[in-house]
Amino acid sequence: MINLLLEPLSFEFMRNSMIIIILLGILCAVTGSYLIVQRMGLLGDVIAHAVLPGLAIAFYLGIDIFLGAFISGMFSTLVIAWIQSQSKVKVDVAMALVFSGFLALGILLITLLESRIDLHSFLFGDILGVTIADVWRTFLITLSVLIFVKIFYSHLLFYTFNRLGAQAIGLPVNWIHLGLVSAITLAIIASMQAVGVVLVVSLLVGPGITAYLLVKELHQMMGLGAIIGSLSGITGIYLSYYFNVPSGAAIVLVVTGFFLLALFFSPSQGILTRPQLIKQFPKGGFRNNL
Amino acid sequence: MLEVQDLAVNYRGVVAVENISFSLAPGQIVGIIGPNGAGKSSLIKAILGLIPVQQGRVTFRSRALSRQLAQVAYIPQRAQIDWDYPITVQNVAMMARIRHTGLFRAPSRQSKVIVQNALERVGMWELRHRQIGELSGGQQQRVFLAQALAQEAELFLFDEPFVGVDKKTEAMIFEVFDQLKTEGKILLVVGHELREASREYDRFLLINKKLIANGSRSEVITPENLQQAYGDNVIFLTRNSDL
Repeated sequence: MINLLLEPLSFEFMRNSMIIIILLGILCAVTGSYLIVQRMGLLGDVIAHAVLPGLAIAFYLGIDIFLGAFISGMFSTLVIAWIQSQSKVKVDVAMALVFSGFLALGILLITLLESRIDLHSFLFGDILGVTIADVWRTFLITLSVLIFVKIFYSHLLFYTFNRLGAQAIGLPVNWIHLGLVSAITLAIIASMQAVGVVLVVSLLVGPGITAYLLVKELHQMMGLGAIIGSLSGITGIYLSYYFNVPSGAAIVLVVTGFFLLALFFSPSQGILTRPQLIKQFPKGGFRNNL
Repeated sequence: MLEVQDLAVNYRGVVAVENISFSLAPGQIVGIIGPNGAGKSSLIKAILGLIPVQQGRVTFRSRALSRQLAQVAYIPQRAQIDWDYPITVQNVAMMARIRHTGLFRAPSRQSKVIVQNALERVGMWELRHRQIGELSGGQQQRVFLAQALAQEAELFLFDEPFVGVDKKTEAMIFEVFDQLKTEGKILLVVGHELREASREYDRFLLINKKLIANGSRSEVITPENLQQAYGDNVIFLTRNSDL
């Protein structure tokens, strides 16, 4: 058994991908928890797809493609906020349109600029292809985001819990929002290579929402989410190694599996395990009240 | 003294608040009443600068209120809070201390004592480790009342604090209001229904976009004023409420 777990680690690419998935599990659970509590899970998907035009332009100009991706992803969130503030269009529709608009623009640019960006690996990722440089970049992103969250934790808590209240007490809500969106965009960019943009939202919200069903405070949700995310990632990579299945899909399915377990068996909220509602009805149960 | 001068709010081209002016002396509980859509919530949000205003000035103790927001406690409508948020009672109350807590620090011992006192005051200290979603509507409102108390503010703005609240909580809220009033604070309370226009208030602002009446209960709650604010519905309203 031990051998089964250790054997893959004799390859450098396996070691790199293991380290990177642990880092991403932590990074995505922490930033994704903020998406969850703001009911903005879809925003992760939007940003993930909206980085494509930036990638294409940066690639064409020969500048760092991660910088291009970051700017493009951030820009999409500004466009959404702008549409929302200037019209009666609601946020879900604004996100849906910006999502597809940016993706389409990216695809167009890749063709027009005759870019050699591989759309398939952009969409689905390739964690076994990560290099030691990728590991370092992910480490630095994770570290800076964790420091940011640690310093501004109570501000972010106030802002995401009661935005108007935070504004009323005089907190710099626009800066807090910008910081939060930057952290989320960085997490997405860091995850792109591992799981691809189609699946990144699962890593962002999956572990956090699983933890959400098990704990009662935001920081616990982040901590437990980080453990679940990293564990899912490691499990997914082993599955991918031994059964020769795509790593991104394997990771996402493990994340989803954990979520389903919590959904059914969470001690306090599980569908099968929570305290039964039937207790609220007098003896004889629900049927007698019909 | 809170002074509001010529405050006007347009919301995407629709007038929400029209040139409202009034001033309030310390030590008063002030009810803001008016029909649905009269701009009651918009008025207090505009006072706080939470929504863009077209014109107007709000000063508190002769200085712009926007520069002393730490002096203001604002309790939003129930509907604006996600009650499933993963947070405990104690940490909601602790938010009030954020302006007193440094970025790299844990809340001070003093802050912890203040929060404990506030929660005890509203009978929620025993439940401090509960997630807010596990509370009743009345208990949830008391947590926010504790948050307002822990902020040690001078000016309090409550947006419909009595919605979804039990009798016990209602009595407790008025008790706290009275105490704050004797400490010389100003309380602005948006009412949901006219029947709340009880004797607990010192003054009423009756609004429907603009300020229709401003004064004591007997000055404001008159058939003419209500007719002006509520239109034809006023007959129904007066008959069904214990004014």
